[in-house]
Amino acid sequence: MIWNDEFETLPREAIESLQLKRLQQTVARVQATVPFYRDAFARAGVSADKIRSLDDLRRLPFTLKQDMRDNYPYGLFAVPLEQIVRIHASSGTTGKPTVVGYTRRDIDTWSELMARSFAAAGAGKGDVIHNAYGYGLFTGGLGAHYGAERIGASVIPMSGGNTKKQIMIMQDFGSTVLTCTPSYCLFLAEAAREEGLDIRDFKLRVGIHGAEPWSEAMREEIEEKLGIKAIDIYGLSEILGPGVGIECVEAQKGLHIWEDHFIPEIIDPESGEVLPPGEKGELVITTITKEGIPLIRYRTRDITRLIPEPCICGRTHMRLERMSGRSDDMLIIRGVNVFPSQIEAVLFNIEGVEPHYQLIVDREESLDTLEVQVEVNEQVFSDEIKELQGLSRRIQKDIKDLLGVTCKVRLVEPKTIARSEGKAVRVIDKRKG
Amino acid sequence: MTVQQISIFIENKTGRLAEVTRVLGNAGINIRALSLADTSDFGILRLIVDTPDRALEVLKADGFTVSKTEVIAVEVPDRPSGLNSILEKLDQAGINVEYMYAFVERSGENAIIIFRFDDIQRAIATLPEAGVTLVKSEKIFTA
Repeated sequence: MIWNDEFETLPREAIESLQLKRLQQTVARVQATVPFYRDAFARAGVSADKIRSLDDLRRLPFTLKQDMRDNYPYGLFAVPLEQIVRIHASSGTTGKPTVVGYTRRDIDTWSELMARSFAAAGAGKGDVIHNAYGYGLFTGGLGAHYGAERIGASVIPMSGGNTKKQIMIMQDFGSTVLTCTPSYCLFLAEAAREEGLDIRDFKLRVGIHGAEPWSEAMREEIEEKLGIKAIDIYGLSEILGPGVGIECVEAQKGLHIWEDHFIPEIIDPESGEVLPPGEKGELVITTITKEGIPLIRYRTRDITRLIPEPCICGRTHMRLERMSGRSDDMLIIRGVNVFPSQIEAVLFNIEGVEPHYQLIVDREESLDTLEVQVEVNEQVFSDEIKELQGLSRRIQKDIKDLLGVTCKVRLVEPKTIARSEGKAVRVIDKRKG
Repeated sequence: MTVQQISIFIENKTGRLAEVTRVLGNAGINIRALSLADTSDFGILRLIVDTPDRALEVLKADGFTVSKTEVIAVEVPDRPSGLNSILEKLDQAGINVEYMYAFVERSGENAIIIFRFDDIQRAIATLPEAGVTLVKSEKIFTA
């Protein structure tokens, strides 16, 4: 179902003229109100009146996550604090978090875009939405919550953690839609099984998963284990939170990015050059309706490509291919680029192997080493050493064939790899620090 | 004529074997024979216990990856060339041994060897003809 028929099906020319108008307004506003942008534009020799077409976007400088840290906490806000009604912050793994502020209208826009996203995933009035994204500074919980209320569904504000209670409530309250990270979704299925329950017997029919990269194979696993349609959602707190883009249930192929609010570009992460349509690179987003903290050409670090072909669902907004990783998740092992998602895909293709894996990267005598730890479950367990060694060799060979990297495979006991209730820790890089 | 064996996946780190024996001991399960096959990273602990189904259940509940395998117990004279006579017969019958381990009975003249064959049905059919005595699981626990 399409939530906002008028805007979601705008013809391309109408989208682009709307984008240009809103871009010009945004650039003029940040130039006038945010010292960081005034200085950055001056250094780049560009100003608001030089933006005459969408192609002029590439004349504007990038905004980096570091710029947000440098202007911590409120330096990039484009309105006085008294107009800000909500503040979120991203989990700062190193140093200070990045802070975002929302005006009342921003919250309204966010609710609208999350409502569109829920509708695209096939949710609506009458659904019971079990929201297991964390509530708090993280944007996931409240972002999904407001959208769920907007479409008129009954929302259960579960937040993360307390897995046993999650399962009880999901069963007893008859939840029909689950919102959480993909790794937590599988964790829930596993925990339910341990309690002797099968989520496939519950009323759940749709899962909306994001906040970490996941593969097509992981989707199949989720759909099979929970008996649901698993929908990929995209968002990042700097830009908005969840609801920047979502797959439609009709195609489940690529995520529509709401182009009346954001302008996506794909660049070469090394050179910063804009890549031709359809090529894979780093996603850069410019917000064109945000008031609290508008961002110009924000480098998301997410690797994807734009799918310009029209979608069967009728929405005219361009699609992003499923994120294949983050440019800063990318590991360089003996000169080869490796994304954890590629290793995940290899593991999924081996019958019986669970998606619980961890990559340990280290350096021995100036040579990078990669160890892939895989949990041995009953499906792959054999009481003959040669069979288990055969499994190790198979994984090693498949990774070598796909990535050209030789790794060591270590089979580990079940549940020895830390289970996350939020985002999965897939990589331990001992070369750093 | 087969005997149920419990196999457990064990990571090569301290305390894991003790964890298995602790869990079995707490459940009152008696270990009659065992063998440990190991590599540099992991091992497979194979056990003959008095109550295999119960052992499977308690070990699973403790988070171990466990499986049940059918093996054959063979009585072997406890004297020089005793084992050799059996292995010669297996060789003649063309039966391949995947692995084996032995335990000595508390009394009597025989040892018991646990065998895992690639073709267990053929082994059951051929061994008695070749004059090899198969041991029933009850006997292992009363010996």
